[in-house]
Amino acid sequence: MDVKLNVQRYDPEKKINSAYQQEYELDVPDEYTVLDTLIKVREDLDPTLALRCSCRASVCGSCAMRVNGQATLACKTKLKDVIKNDEASVGPAGNMPVIKDLIVDMKPFWNKLRQVEPYLQPEDEDPVTNERLASNESMVHLTGVMNCIMCGACVSDCTAMEVNPDFIGPAALAKAYRFVGDPRDGESKERLKELSKENGIWDCTRCFYCVEVCPKEVAPMEWIMELRDKAMEAGFTNNYGARHTLAFVGSVKNTGHLNETLLPIKTWGFFNLPKLIAFMPVALRAILRGKTPPLIHKKIKGYKKIKRVYERLESEK
Amino acid sequence: MKYAFFSGCVSKGGCPELYPSALEVAKRVGITLDEQALEGAACTGAGVLQEKDKKLGDVLNARTFAMAEKKKLAIMTICSTCQGVMSQARYRIVNDDKYRAEINEILAEEGLKFKGDVVIKHLLWILVEDVGIEKLKPLITQPLEGLKVAPFYGCYIVRPSWALGLDDTPERERSLETIIELVGGEPVEFSGKNKCCGFPILTINEKASVKMVAKHTSTAKEEGADAMVTPCPLCHLNLDGYQPKASSTQDSSIDMPILHLPQLLGLSMGVDPSALGLKRHIISPAAALEKVGIKT
Repeated sequence: MDVKLNVQRYDPEKKINSAYQQEYELDVPDEYTVLDTLIKVREDLDPTLALRCSCRASVCGSCAMRVNGQATLACKTKLKDVIKNDEASVGPAGNMPVIKDLIVDMKPFWNKLRQVEPYLQPEDEDPVTNERLASNESMVHLTGVMNCIMCGACVSDCTAMEVNPDFIGPAALAKAYRFVGDPRDGESKERLKELSKENGIWDCTRCFYCVEVCPKEVAPMEWIMELRDKAMEAGFTNNYGARHTLAFVGSVKNTGHLNETLLPIKTWGFFNLPKLIAFMPVALRAILRGKTPPLIHKKIKGYKKIKRVYERLESEK
Repeated sequence: MKYAFFSGCVSKGGCPELYPSALEVAKRVGITLDEQALEGAACTGAGVLQEKDKKLGDVLNARTFAMAEKKKLAIMTICSTCQGVMSQARYRIVNDDKYRAEINEILAEEGLKFKGDVVIKHLLWILVEDVGIEKLKPLITQPLEGLKVAPFYGCYIVRPSWALGLDDTPERERSLETIIELVGGEPVEFSGKNKCCGFPILTINEKASVKMVAKHTSTAKEEGADAMVTPCPLCHLNLDGYQPKASSTQDSSIDMPILHLPQLLGLSMGVDPSALGLKRHIISPAAALEKVGIKT
C-alpha cells in the first residue's frame, strides 16, 4: 500500500533548534507495522532518521512513540490500522525531552521509578527458611502490574505530568503497587505514607489516558486508585485528596447524591483560612451570577436504601 | 423516542443552566424524558467514590441500570462523567457473570435485578445516532454561521474507548464536530480537545488544575476559536469558573466562553438565550454570539 508518513523530527546539531515535520512517501506491504515502515524509511529513503527499537515483538518496550498523536509501541501497531486517507503521523513520546527525532531521554522516567524503591523490602531480615512464601492468589493479583515493560507510553500521554513534571506518574505508581500489594513486603505502610504526599497518588487526574494507551493492559490508573484506597485504609487521611474522597463517599451515603457546597470546604478543612480566603473570589463570582448549587442540600427520595447498600457492603468486609 | 433521564448532580447544582437547556433541546428534537423512572437513583460516584470502593460504585450504578431496565428504557445522561462512570460500571458487570450474580444478590433485597442489557447514552450520542443529523437539520432556524467552535470532549466520554463502545460506533469520535457543523459553525482543531480539564484535582493541586485551564483555553484561542463547547458540566465548572484565575497567569485575558452542548444547539434553534442560562456563565459569551447576530 502507498502511504505518506508525516514524521516529527528534531536534530540538536541543526542550526534551527526546533522540531519540524518531514513527509516520506513509500510503498509497503499490508502487514507492515509502524516500526517496519520507519525502518524501511531509514534504510531506503533517509539514513538520518533516528529511532530506538530492539525486539520488534512488544516485549522490550524500546519503541514507544506517538502515532496519530497517541502513545503506542510502533512494533505493535499495524500501519493499516492507523492510516487515514493513506496518511499517518509519527512523533516522539511526550513528557520526556527529545534527544533526536523519535528518541527521547528516559532519564526522568527511570528517576521516578527509583523514587518508589522498586524492590522487595521484607520485614524479617533473616528468615528462618530460605524462601519467603506468597500465596498463589496474591501473586496472580499482581500479574497485571508485573506485565509492565517500562516503555513509557503511559508517561508520554499523562495529562497530569504535562502540567506538573514533578508528579511521580503512572508507571512509577503502578510499580509502587507491585510492592505495596505484595504480602512479603514489610515497607508497605511507609511506602503509602510517602505516596500520600504532594506529587504522589492524589495528583493523578483520573483521565484514563494511561489505561487507554498502555500496550500491555497494565491499566496504571486502576492501581493508583487501589493505592488511594490502601493509603486511606492505612490511616493516611490527613491530606486534601483523602479528605475529598471521604467527603464524597459520605455525602452519597447520607443523602444519595453529592453536596457540592460542602465538598471543597470538607476537603480543605473548615479552619483552613488561607484556602478558604483564596476561594472567595471564585465563589463570589459564581454567587453573583447564580451559578451555584441550591443553598439547602436535599436528600434524594429513598436515600435510606442507598445507605443500606453501603452498610451491607461494609458488613461483608 | 423515550429515555430514562439521569440528570446527574451538577446539572442541578454547580451548573444550574445545563438542566433547563437540556430539557428545552430534548423537547424540540422530540425526545421524551422520564425522570421519574430513575427516582431514588444514587449519584454515579463520579470516579471519586470508586477510589474508596469500586464494588460499592458498581452496585449503586447497577441499581440505576435495573430501574431503567424495569421500565424498558435506555438511560440518557447529560454529563460525560456520569456517562463514563456508568459505562465503566456496565462494562465490568456485564463481562463478568459471577460478579453480576454477586451484585444482583444485593439488589434482590430491593426487588431489583440487573439483567445486563441496559443502554446508556449521552445526549450527544442520542442526537447523532438516534435522532440523526438529517432530522435535526430543519430545526436549525438560526444557524451560527461561521462561529468558530473548539470541541472539548474531556476524558470520560472518550476513554476507556472499549467501555464507551467507540469501536462499534466510530461516529462518536467526531460527534461534537458533527454538531458544530450542524449548527452552522466551524470546528476548531486544538491540542487539548481530549485532555483533562483539571477539575478532578482542583481541590488537591489547584496550580496544576488551573494550568490545564490556561493551556486548553488559550490554545483554542490561538487556533482562532470564538467559543468552546463541552458535553461535560464538570469541565464547564473548571474551564469557565477558573478561567479568570488562569488568565491571571497569562499576559492577557483569555476570554474563551464555554458553552454546554445543549446551549449551542438551543441557540441555533432560536431558543431565547435567557432560557439557556447564558448569564450564569463566568466568561460571558455575549461578544462571541454577537458575531453571529445573537443578543444575550
